[in-house]
Amino acid sequence: MPHYESPILVLIDVTPSGAAAPSTAQLIGAAAQLGTPVALVAAPADSAKDAVDSAVAAGAQLVLTTDVDDGPIAVPIVDAMQAAYRTVQPDAVLISNSIAGRDVAGRLAVREHLALSVDAVDVARDDEGIVAHHSVYGGAYLTHSAPTFGTPVITVRQGTIDTRAKSAPEARVEKLTVEPSGAAVAVGTVVEALQIASSRPELRGARVVVSGGRGLGSKENFSLVEDLADELNAAIGASRAAVDAGFIPFPHQVGQTGVSVSPQLYVAIGISGAIQHRAGMQTAKTIVAINKDPGSPIFDVADFGIVGDLFTVVPQVVDALRGRKK
Amino acid sequence: MKIFVLVKEVPDTYEDRRLDMETGLADRGAGQVVLDEITERALEVALKYADANPDAEVVALSMAPESATSSIRRALAIGAGSAVHVVDEALHGADLGLTATVLAAAIRRGGADLVITGNLSTDGAGGVIPAMLAEHLNYAQATNLSAVQIAPDAVTATRETDYGSQQVTAPLPAVVSITEALPEARFPNFKGIMAAKKKPIEVLSLADLGVTADPAEAPQTILTAVSEKPPRAGGVKIVDEGDAAVQLIDFLVKNRLV
Repeated sequence: MPHYESPILVLIDVTPSGAAAPSTAQLIGAAAQLGTPVALVAAPADSAKDAVDSAVAAGAQLVLTTDVDDGPIAVPIVDAMQAAYRTVQPDAVLISNSIAGRDVAGRLAVREHLALSVDAVDVARDDEGIVAHHSVYGGAYLTHSAPTFGTPVITVRQGTIDTRAKSAPEARVEKLTVEPSGAAVAVGTVVEALQIASSRPELRGARVVVSGGRGLGSKENFSLVEDLADELNAAIGASRAAVDAGFIPFPHQVGQTGVSVSPQLYVAIGISGAIQHRAGMQTAKTIVAINKDPGSPIFDVADFGIVGDLFTVVPQVVDALRGRKK
Repeated sequence: MKIFVLVKEVPDTYEDRRLDMETGLADRGAGQVVLDEITERALEVALKYADANPDAEVVALSMAPESATSSIRRALAIGAGSAVHVVDEALHGADLGLTATVLAAAIRRGGADLVITGNLSTDGAGGVIPAMLAEHLNYAQATNLSAVQIAPDAVTATRETDYGSQQVTAPLPAVVSITEALPEARFPNFKGIMAAKKKPIEVLSLADLGVTADPAEAPQTILTAVSEKPPRAGGVKIVDEGDAAVQLIDFLVKNRLV
């Protein structure tokens, strides 16, 4: 392997269909802020090619590949990351703060005795080394963390780092030799993809989010949220109350116990804005709230609040947006 | 079967939570603390199995300051048979690495067949401890489970991945973490609360576990800066008099959001 200045090892999350996860560009962009991005694609051989191409397009200077079966959970990827870590000897390891990424990050840190920082919203380098930035308690605080010594393993929150690396057409792709650890392992079936009914953007990392709450009153009425989301090309969110009431499935829940979002625009419809909900959205750049109760706490954080009947206001907004497009 | 359930005391999310501006650590004195709801759900998974299998032993494990005893008692009142409470001054501000080392040592000492945790705590929300424990203990791991069946030799479950769900089988011994899709814990009744007063809480120090918190021995993650974001100020608030939609569109256009 040729020498790379300050290599930063990045694990590419690979989807069941063999594509690189949407987090790829931001992880490699973050790595480029710190040094030279080196990516690992550990996936079943027949599906890994697209992910390798995506890593190169996103700016990885070197892509290491290894075949893993898709039955055993986490362990084969940890084994591959361990081999990559020893080969690359990176200044930092960056992994997506996804369900799969957290499993690998935790195990790699234990196995290689490395300091672990989780859920970073940015990474930087100062005089003493690499620092991870965190947004704590729903964005009320910002903290910086760093390892006392050695290479940090950092998980990065999706959709928070805007830096992108230049595509690296001259990148090398090399096969990595991995020695299986033989660690105890659980085995899973092929993942059944979620039924994605539309081409709406994913909630995590979305530029615009339209969320609905208890005020919608029923599952049928939740289509108002969908109408507005489609006009704004937005992802759909919900408060816990709306999820608990069965208006929409859990993956759409925004808040302390759901997804945290930081979009450019967040529109809250019929959401009172309990602390638990605000914790997942108050770092949005601009917040719009529509609610009939003038005392709702959502108005404390809204840049533009409308006290009114959502069943009147939202259709008017949808019509006006449709009119603008004509 | 011996089941360890990780339980955690956290600041109540229904109140404003604060960080200590000197240390960047959770300000534990700032407000109410509660047993994290997700850890109560993890406990319920163990208790449901124990209901049908009287030989099962359910132990609540917590690494927490001395003040957390009442939260641990709550886990006993809900139904855990006993508890292990790791307390040590040297653990103040422990990072994820040290926390996992300590919890793994306590589980190894107890000889657990199955460890059940929540997927993410409501305060740290790191979500990495279950995998770290599996690595330390060389147990099979199955995280983020939305349905769980425990058998004498394995856990079979539905796991929610980033892309959809899958069926998983984890041979015991195993570490599993569960999501909010699993039911809330039973409410402690009067009998449970009275019984909890007599149930044993084993208090362990780092020395008891043979673990050192020496920062020279293993790298740790430390906080190097903490700052408070100014609270978000509310902006314009209008009452709809028929033109709210028009005003909203103007606002969005002016801010180049449409």
